[in-house]
Amino acid sequence: MTRSSDRRRPRALSRRQFATGALAAGTLAGLGAPAIAQAAGLRIGLVLPRTGYLAQAGQSCFRAAEIAPALLGEAGVKVEILSADFESNVELARARTEKLINDGAQIMVGCFDSGGTSAMAQVCEQHGIPLVINIGSAPQITEQGYKTVFRNFPTSPQLARNGLALLKDLFAATNTAPKTAVFMHANDTFGQSARAAFDQLVPQLAFPFEVLDRISYDPRAQDLSVEIAKAKATKAELLLVTTRAADAILTVRELVKQRYEPMGVVSPGSPGMYDEQFYKTLGKYADYCITNVPWYDPKSALTGRVAAAFKKQFPSDPFEAHAFNVGFTYEALLVAAMAYKRAGSADPKALLAALRQTDIAEHMMIGGPIGFDEKGQNNRIASAAVQNRERRPTVVLPKAAAEQAPVFPMPGWAQRS
Amino acid sequence: MAVYLNIVASGLLTGLVYGLAALGLSVIFGVVRVVNFAHGEMMVIGMYGAVVLAGWPGLDPLLAAPLIAAFLFAIGYVLQRGLINAFIARPEHMQFILLVGVALMIVNGLLMIFGPDARSTNVEYGFETFEVGALLLDKARVYAAGAALLTTAVLFAFFRYSRPGKAIRACADNQLGARVVGLDVEGLYALTFGLGAACVGIAGCLMALVVDVRSQLAPEYTLLSFIIVIIGGLGSLAGALLGGVLIGISEALAGFFLLPSMKSMFSYALLILVLVLRPQGLLGKRA
Repeated sequence: MTRSSDRRRPRALSRRQFATGALAAGTLAGLGAPAIAQAAGLRIGLVLPRTGYLAQAGQSCFRAAEIAPALLGEAGVKVEILSADFESNVELARARTEKLINDGAQIMVGCFDSGGTSAMAQVCEQHGIPLVINIGSAPQITEQGYKTVFRNFPTSPQLARNGLALLKDLFAATNTAPKTAVFMHANDTFGQSARAAFDQLVPQLAFPFEVLDRISYDPRAQDLSVEIAKAKATKAELLLVTTRAADAILTVRELVKQRYEPMGVVSPGSPGMYDEQFYKTLGKYADYCITNVPWYDPKSALTGRVAAAFKKQFPSDPFEAHAFNVGFTYEALLVAAMAYKRAGSADPKALLAALRQTDIAEHMMIGGPIGFDEKGQNNRIASAAVQNRERRPTVVLPKAAAEQAPVFPMPGWAQRS
Repeated sequence: MAVYLNIVASGLLTGLVYGLAALGLSVIFGVVRVVNFAHGEMMVIGMYGAVVLAGWPGLDPLLAAPLIAAFLFAIGYVLQRGLINAFIARPEHMQFILLVGVALMIVNGLLMIFGPDARSTNVEYGFETFEVGALLLDKARVYAAGAALLTTAVLFAFFRYSRPGKAIRACADNQLGARVVGLDVEGLYALTFGLGAACVGIAGCLMALVVDVRSQLAPEYTLLSFIIVIIGGLGSLAGALLGGVLIGISEALAGFFLLPSMKSMFSYALLILVLVLRPQGLLGKRA
């Protein structure tokens, strides 16, 4: 009876047995980990603003993540993308980055917004995990001595310099010279850094126009009637804007309503005016706005492959309207994947060393081969002047890449058809 | 001078729609004594309703407003009858949490149904203006403000002249007295909540003429409605309208004369000023 009862009772685990077991499990886990990592490929943590006021851009960027695993697989790199939404909230960008790293992300990519990217960079630096920035232009991100940050996107001064230089080309190509201008921008990290770059570069570039006012607004604004009234009151001949999707729509809508007819609406380096939603909402009023931004190279073989995969996955979405977001996000994922391929390991130190050696000749966006300087910045990205023509972003400058000649001054609002 | 007139007119027109939205909150609080933390969320339901009806049957938001009001009335009525009435006698913090929960469910439900992208009603007159001398009045804003004034007038008339309206006022003045004379207080609460929800539904429908709709707007509108009713006076219908107009005009003028990015600050400055100088609100009764 007793024996039987003893048999049924589970045997107590001695401390020695527990320690031996734990050691064995640890050893197995240690041995098994690289094998599992290799089998699973590279785990990329992708943080984007998929909801909130930046949602349109975040969702557009995310399309790259949906086509990337298959495309990168064709290139011989297996990747798994762990994604998180930071809800257009900088504080959440930090928390989401922490979470993805804790969930096993070996390299991070993100996050479209400069404020959110700064928060990501701090977390990645603390953990020693590489961060490849898809879109985010605030210069300070690569000026703080971070060792883990790599940006395949121009800084605000680079964007502004390239964009403003194209403005001079636009005046020369159309033989026009507006005498006055007003500059509008959102009052957030991106807008403020664009303003700082604008203020620094405009005097250096000797433009024909005088800047009459600089108008900042809440990036979450639902109504820009006051801001446009203020701009109209200056009677400026040229409206320069730094926008995103929602405020770009609000700006043009108010221009039409208030019958303010500047010679042109030009962004020297910001998204918004080539987004699908911009065309859908504004229709004919979307035409003739000009954005001087880094743009995709339609002649690149990689562009062809990405465009084909995009059209297959999203047959009802025009690729041109997403190409900027998809292009830079895909390139960031490509940079991460190629670093993993070169390193032969997902160990963060090996990835960091491989990222510093990046030299990707075949890529999608206009510019030289992708590579990073000692600060982690790619300085070889060029800009193009993209004008909306019949609700399609069309390259009008530089001449070598132009699909059509620029139209400037733009036709009046009442003359659109 | 024309610039200033345009700015004030724009602020006034937007403020009237804000006022209508806050009116719903004021009606509910004035009678049921429950603070509706899902108010902005109900407004966004109205906005999405306008977008949906403008899309498929091609119904103008001004014509869709009665349908949306009826839908929101039903939601408000059922919510009060089925859920909130059970919390009337409970501590206020329980009511707050309940309605915050309802708000979260609505906003996330909308996000799941409509996604995060901004949607627009895209009405034909969305880019048109009325020219009155030097004044350029945005057609959509003029129609929205006119409809807001009409709705407010109907609501005033309902409370002043109709039997249910008088019963609701009696209930608001003295709940015990209302029970003693045989009024169905719970039923009247549900009717009031339904009316408040219908009001904010119409406000949402009208606001959809002016702004693009995103579910994330909901908490902003809840907060804005609170600011307006506190400035105008909790429970005062005329106060809500006055508060809306004051906020609309002060934001517009502050945006023009100071920095546009500072204009929201003025709503809060006005709120603090009223709380310090006249805590019951501009047209509110001292407790």
